[in-house]
Amino acid sequence: MTDLCEGGMDDLWSITTLLLQVWFSVMIGLIMIPAMFGLSLGVTSVYIQILVKILEWATLRIQRGHRDRPTLPVPAPLPNGLIQREGGSMEQEMGELRRYRTQSISRGEFALSDSFYFYRKGLESIVDDQVTQRFSSEELVSWNLLTRTNHNFHYISLRLTIIWGLGVIIRYCVLFPLRITLAIIGISWLVIGTTLVGFLPNRRVKNWLSELVHLMCYRICARGLSATIQYHNKNNKPQKGGICVANHTSPIDIVILANDGCYAMVGQSHSGLMGVIQRSMVRSCPHVWFERSEMRDRHAVTSRLRAHVAAKRNLPILIFPEGTCINNTSVMMFKKGSFEIGGTIYPVAIKYDPRFGDAFWNSAKYNMEGEDATKFANRVKSAIAHQGGLLDMAWDGSLKRDKVKEEFKEHQQKMYSSMVVGKKARDSQEPHTESTNS
Amino acid sequence: MGSRASTLLREEEIEEIKKETGFSHSQITRLYSRFTSLDKGENGTLSREDFQRIPELAINPLGDRIINAFFPEGEDQVNFRGFMRTLAHFRPIEDNEKNKDPTASEPLNSRTNKLLFAFQLYDLDRDDKISRDELLQLLFIPCHWLCSALCHLGCFYSEPNRRNQDGTYLNLSNKLLN
Repeated sequence: MTDLCEGGMDDLWSITTLLLQVWFSVMIGLIMIPAMFGLSLGVTSVYIQILVKILEWATLRIQRGHRDRPTLPVPAPLPNGLIQREGGSMEQEMGELRRYRTQSISRGEFALSDSFYFYRKGLESIVDDQVTQRFSSEELVSWNLLTRTNHNFHYISLRLTIIWGLGVIIRYCVLFPLRITLAIIGISWLVIGTTLVGFLPNRRVKNWLSELVHLMCYRICARGLSATIQYHNKNNKPQKGGICVANHTSPIDIVILANDGCYAMVGQSHSGLMGVIQRSMVRSCPHVWFERSEMRDRHAVTSRLRAHVAAKRNLPILIFPEGTCINNTSVMMFKKGSFEIGGTIYPVAIKYDPRFGDAFWNSAKYNMEGEDATKFANRVKSAIAHQGGLLDMAWDGSLKRDKVKEEFKEHQQKMYSSMVVGKKARDSQEPHTESTNS
Repeated sequence: MGSRASTLLREEEIEEIKKETGFSHSQITRLYSRFTSLDKGENGTLSREDFQRIPELAINPLGDRIINAFFPEGEDQVNFRGFMRTLAHFRPIEDNEKNKDPTASEPLNSRTNKLLFAFQLYDLDRDDKISRDELLQLLFIPCHWLCSALCHLGCFYSEPNRRNQDGTYLNLSNKLLN
């Protein structure tokens, strides 16, 4: 009896080892090695095409299901927001309000109806505002077989349920182990490789090897994410001694950008696993890691970055001027700090296809504090927004955590004041003593 | 975030809100999503701080008044029913509503109710009159404190307005609140 049991156990063990061997050889042979050299077997692109077809079919089925059964309470996401708005400036809308009276804007004067403008704007912002929606994941128009868009999983048809179940199996049993293994291999190779390269004394060989190691590791990690990355305008690629600025959605952005070229990272030094990775990376080529206390001193930060950029042979530094992760539908205000360093700025726009996954990382990470952005920062921001098809917004990303600054409220007040005072009085303004009784 | 929302709102409640306010089913679900995303404390009610967290509202000079309009007399929290009741005033007027049921009470978004709501935004002490002080406040708050318009005050101000006295006022409200 025991012989049989042991025999059974041995068989199980040998089968497991065989499976593991097959698994690893497939992985190394078909995924890692091509990844390291930047080649692709084309499996991912075929997979993506199949996935797109399935998603489109699934969306049609759901829409048909809703038409047949209109009682299902699934709200469709609206492309322009919840409400209809009149998009005019304060002056235009006030002019509309005052149309019934004989006053015009240029004459100045106060009309009781002016306050309606503020009331309406206020109510509109309560129902749907432009800012807070940027801090949660974008809503999709179609369903992508995950739970993000389908508010409750309503049973629509058998075929849809089977596809969904198949999707779950493939994602959790096939893709997930694959991705985890690749990620582990990628990161450990990064640590080991950069440490090894760090022992080399020679400048040129060391730099070349370090770039190679970095590229390989990031490519493996990208495969671990099953990422398909398309680079446009490669002639504008950041050069050594430059500064690369990009919009920020997630820490994955670094992997995405580093697949094509090598960058010097800028960030806060951590402890633990991140600290290990950071310290080993610094051994092979210079990155800029700041202690938490150093980050508060803007001059110290700027001078360190300036020193790095000035050494023309250093890799371009990678900065995310928004200061925080935004959900990839818009580009928020850029902190001006990155633009004070000097050196050439290379803007990069990163846009994720939201159908395949949500890269947005809703974090409570520490971010650098800044003041109002200069015109340069705004210009770069507009360029990035335009290139990536994102919405260019003047709001500050730190509104995710902080309250609005008083100056913005004052700005609104100043605008209204100038309308009430009127053009004539504005031209000949003299200080008056105020006579108030409230 | 919003995906769990519709499970917490029961069908009967949706029906009641529908009858009271006139919003459609999908509108109610959508607005409930919005309500829960504003409700950071996740206790089913909104406080004044929850409203002030909206940046566009925080920079609105009359923001505090708008927020107060949501809270009934002396209360600090507003639940979803109250939220919807206030928002219902801003639905567009449907002209055929009069034909439906003459004995039913006037819908929340009728012309009269809209005007009443707007009047209450001005009439802070709820005494059915807009006093001189209340009118002055309307000028001071949206204006920057450096504004020299204060010197013009004497020119345009007259006596306190009565409700429904000014015909022009009625027209303006109609145009704006639609």
